[in-house]
Amino acid sequence: MAEEKELSFEEAIGKLEEIVTKLEEDNVSLEKAIDYYQVGMKLSKQCANILQQSEEKMAKLLNEDDELDPFHIQGE
Amino acid sequence: MRDKYLTVSALTNYIKETMERDPHLQEVWIRGEISNFRLHHRGHMYFSLKDDHAKIDCSMFKNYNVRLKFKPEDGMNVLIKGYVSVYPRFGNYQLYVQTMDPDGVGALFVAYEQLKKKLEQAGYFLDEHKRPIPSFPSHVALITSPTSAAVRDMITTIKRRFPIVDITIVPATVQGEEGVPSIVEAINRANTIQGFDTLIVARGGGSIEDLWCFNDERVAQAIFNSSIPIVTGIGHETDSTISDFVADLRAPTPTAAAELVVPNIVDLIEKTYHLETRLIQSMRALVHDKKERYAALTKRLDYFHPEKQLAEKEQMLDHITDSLHRFVTLHLERKTNELHQYETKLALLTPKKKLNDAKDRLERMNKRRDDIVAHIVREKRHSLHRLLDKLTILNPLQTIKRGYAVLYDQDERIIHSVTDVEIGDLVDVKITDGIVKSEVKKVVKTKEEDRM
Repeated sequence: MAEEKELSFEEAIGKLEEIVTKLEEDNVSLEKAIDYYQVGMKLSKQCANILQQSEEKMAKLLNEDDELDPFHIQGE
Repeated sequence: MRDKYLTVSALTNYIKETMERDPHLQEVWIRGEISNFRLHHRGHMYFSLKDDHAKIDCSMFKNYNVRLKFKPEDGMNVLIKGYVSVYPRFGNYQLYVQTMDPDGVGALFVAYEQLKKKLEQAGYFLDEHKRPIPSFPSHVALITSPTSAAVRDMITTIKRRFPIVDITIVPATVQGEEGVPSIVEAINRANTIQGFDTLIVARGGGSIEDLWCFNDERVAQAIFNSSIPIVTGIGHETDSTISDFVADLRAPTPTAAAELVVPNIVDLIEKTYHLETRLIQSMRALVHDKKERYAALTKRLDYFHPEKQLAEKEQMLDHITDSLHRFVTLHLERKTNELHQYETKLALLTPKKKLNDAKDRLERMNKRRDDIVAHIVREKRHSLHRLLDKLTILNPLQTIKRGYAVLYDQDERIIHSVTDVEIGDLVDVKITDGIVKSEVKKVVKTKEEDRM
């Protein structure tokens, strides 16, 4: 579970979807259900966190040295 | 006149020079149909241009034909500008072609169709070559002019939809002579830099010539070879470039490409929320189910509690005992009834009456017998009296009474005849009042007629 932070949004929401589907299936033991629920809630938080990143991403320009420069839209 | 004979070369050169001095032949505008087209491996083109009545050999050298926007083919009607000259070696005149355009349709159109056909046949447009576009990219590269309105539109669109994605502009010249190598280089650079999930190759609207870079085979090749998925957004909705066909996904405009490349964050927030809701609800439902199942099982278990079982068995025992009791009583009653019935029947069948009857009959018969016997006795007595009377009369003793005697031998047998005695025998003479013991002295036999 130490790898949780490494999950991309795609992986996280994919896993969450999988877990919800599993939990919605019949014949899930209570222990497993609790596991699913806990992991699912963590994943849901992760997804929400990824989606609610507060820092604004700035567009960059790839310069001739293959480095990223800040990019300013002309006319703004 | 000393030497009025020309060499072949001299004549040919003369003809050549004459032709080359003629301004009409040095700038010829001509239309016709291509036939016998050959592309020499060194790059020069050779063909005939003809109409219904004539034909002329044509050469188009490499330095001219590299600028052709289409590939000449047999049967193609073309418009040509060139000059006429002689090829001394074969001694024939030729049209040296400087420019050539398709007659009727535009050269660009023909070139476009030809490249499209070529790449299509080579399989460049096949779905199996299309790379999937990541649903949630973290870093998108825009290959376009950094000064264009298109780049502004794309950045705005991407930020609005998915503000958490990194955007990098890989600058490229997207029109003119430098366009093709610039775009190719930008695509290749983007591929060498780590971290891009998706590339957008985009250019705003313009004339077909403006967009022509994107119909170049080299650009198409670069797009095809890219290991990063490419979405194109070139020109307006109506424009379809070769690059669009080769791209992994084509959008009608740069803005549309930006929309296809990133998801809408609002949808994702909703989706996440929806999944979380489902998670919570299904967990709740599951716990509820388990609780209910637990409750039901407890109830069932309670049912099987030994005390309850015992009580139930006790009750059952009572019930069975009662039943048994009822059964026995009933059976007994029935048997008693049966017994009574048999007794009644037996009573009806008893021989007492017969016995009584028989007794009666016996009595009657006894009485009757007694009567008969009495009667017989009376009769017999009566006849006895009569017989006694008679006997009395006949009794020898009576006779004796009257004076007669009876003679007996010693054995008390009556002596009937004189032959029964001999002289000397002792005989008893019975008379009425006793016996006279006598001895025979003499026997006299009477005659027959004198006998008693």
